[in-house]
Amino acid sequence: MNFKAEVLEKKIINKPKYPRKSEAIYNTEAGRIQKRIILDKAAKILFLLSTLFALLVLAILIFRIGHQSVGWLSLKFLKGNLSIFPEKAGIYGVIIGSIRLMAVVAPVTIILGVATAIYLEEYASKGKLQAFINTNISNLAGVPSVIFGLLGLTVFGRLLNLGSSILAGGLTMSLLVLPIVVVASQEAIRAVPGFLRDASYAMGASKWATIRTVVLPVALPGILTGSILALSRAIGETAPLVVLGIPTLILKIPTSIMDDFTALPIQIYYWTLDTVLTAEYANLAAATIIVLLVMLFLMNSTAIFIRNKFQKRY
Amino acid sequence: MTIPIDKNNKGQNVIYDVKNLDLWYGNDQALKNLDFAIGENEVTAIIGPSGCGKSTFIKTLNRMIEMIPNVRTSGEILYRGTNIFDKSVRVEELRTKVGMVFQKPNPFPKSIYENVVYGPKIHGIRNKKQLMEIVETSLKSAALWDEVKDRLHDNAYGLSGGQQQRLCIARCLAIQPDVLLMDEPTSALDPIATHRIEELIEELKKNYTIVIVTHSMHQAGRISDKTAFFLSGEIIEFGKTTVIFSNPKDQRTEDYITGRFG
Repeated sequence: MNFKAEVLEKKIINKPKYPRKSEAIYNTEAGRIQKRIILDKAAKILFLLSTLFALLVLAILIFRIGHQSVGWLSLKFLKGNLSIFPEKAGIYGVIIGSIRLMAVVAPVTIILGVATAIYLEEYASKGKLQAFINTNISNLAGVPSVIFGLLGLTVFGRLLNLGSSILAGGLTMSLLVLPIVVVASQEAIRAVPGFLRDASYAMGASKWATIRTVVLPVALPGILTGSILALSRAIGETAPLVVLGIPTLILKIPTSIMDDFTALPIQIYYWTLDTVLTAEYANLAAATIIVLLVMLFLMNSTAIFIRNKFQKRY
Repeated sequence: MTIPIDKNNKGQNVIYDVKNLDLWYGNDQALKNLDFAIGENEVTAIIGPSGCGKSTFIKTLNRMIEMIPNVRTSGEILYRGTNIFDKSVRVEELRTKVGMVFQKPNPFPKSIYENVVYGPKIHGIRNKKQLMEIVETSLKSAALWDEVKDRLHDNAYGLSGGQQQRLCIARCLAIQPDVLLMDEPTSALDPIATHRIEELIEELKKNYTIVIVTHSMHQAGRISDKTAFFLSGEIIEFGKTTVIFSNPKDQRTEDYITGRFG
């Protein structure tokens, strides 16, 4: 008891002394509260300004492209085929190209990504190897997309001779966004509470039965959200497709995954590039950006909807 | 020192025969030379202070302890004559015969119906009519049927804590186990819900062998036939509950049940 009191006393004595510059104003209780209120308001304004900065940039972007695309974004534009004449050009084939690209990317990334996540979280022994693989997957997520483009060109384009087909583009894009799906799925699987697994194992369920019937259903919202965000990254990514040599002005609408294709970001890129030749291309690019933004917005909304609908229910 | 253990299980089938069981977590020994038997259709309560190894022991009975890394065991646990650590024993099979109810109610985030049919389904029963029969009998045995029969397809998390725990018991009963292991099944429940679970245990022991870990000596006294007192991974005393509570042979048992420590 005595010892405790002694320690306590020491603590009080050693209490750091604050500089007393503004003593005159802030040494009263009311003064100190006043100071805190001012600081609080300053912080609030600072954070609001930070938020507004991002919003302002977005607003300028949307206003500019919206303004440019007026008169160009029409049903005819959406349903027409590509042309070198700006008045005749439409992006139907381009939209189909992007959708078909996603039709390759979605199954490949989701199947490979979720399988990898299940292996790493449920089966792999928690040791150095698993830590090594995890670190590298995270690193992979930070590799610039141009590099993935080069990889795709070497492996899929040249080695497997897929050229600049939808399959080559899709597989390259899958590699690019795979780490996003793996990391999101790992986190979703890790968040499944241990007591649910225990309940299943205690009923005599095997590991796979437990994963299939308990872990995956509970982790599904997280996995889906991650997957959709990964897809919305893939649909807007340009660099890998440029490196792969995906052409523009493909007049034939792709029907099989071995066909050549062009995609929305590629089209935006080339039209912007060719503005020096034909000024109206800038308007076509703006209209295409609006289409791409709407697609992105829809995909992200779906992700948010899924996340909210399947909020934790246990 | 001889351990006063009542090994007299004459005229009764031995369900679990624990022989020289040691268990280590890494280098820490959690169970030391346990040696006793659990009889059929009895309620065996395991009591003791926190960290005495009672949860470890009950989880060893269905080998759930193996979920924890770096666990080693030596010795034998004979379940109806077969050593459960034997290589030929598949844990999945053992766990269908030995059900477990956990400390915290842990229904799956599915409907009440889906929770009960979970076990039968993973063991291959697909017939809808048969599954419905299982649901009814299991919920009736767990004294939950009347409360939930009109909302079988509602989410199990809409039930109260006590109802959830009875649902977990029903889920266990659905695979028709032989033994029910209960790891402090009422510690997260209020007194009324606890009382209902205790009544249920009384009812269930007619058909099942029950091993229950409990923190409450009163609970052990109310519901069990035999009591084992654990201390620091050792079994200090094991015998008829009435004897342990009225006339303990070991001073430490007496100190514990009279509330002098723990």
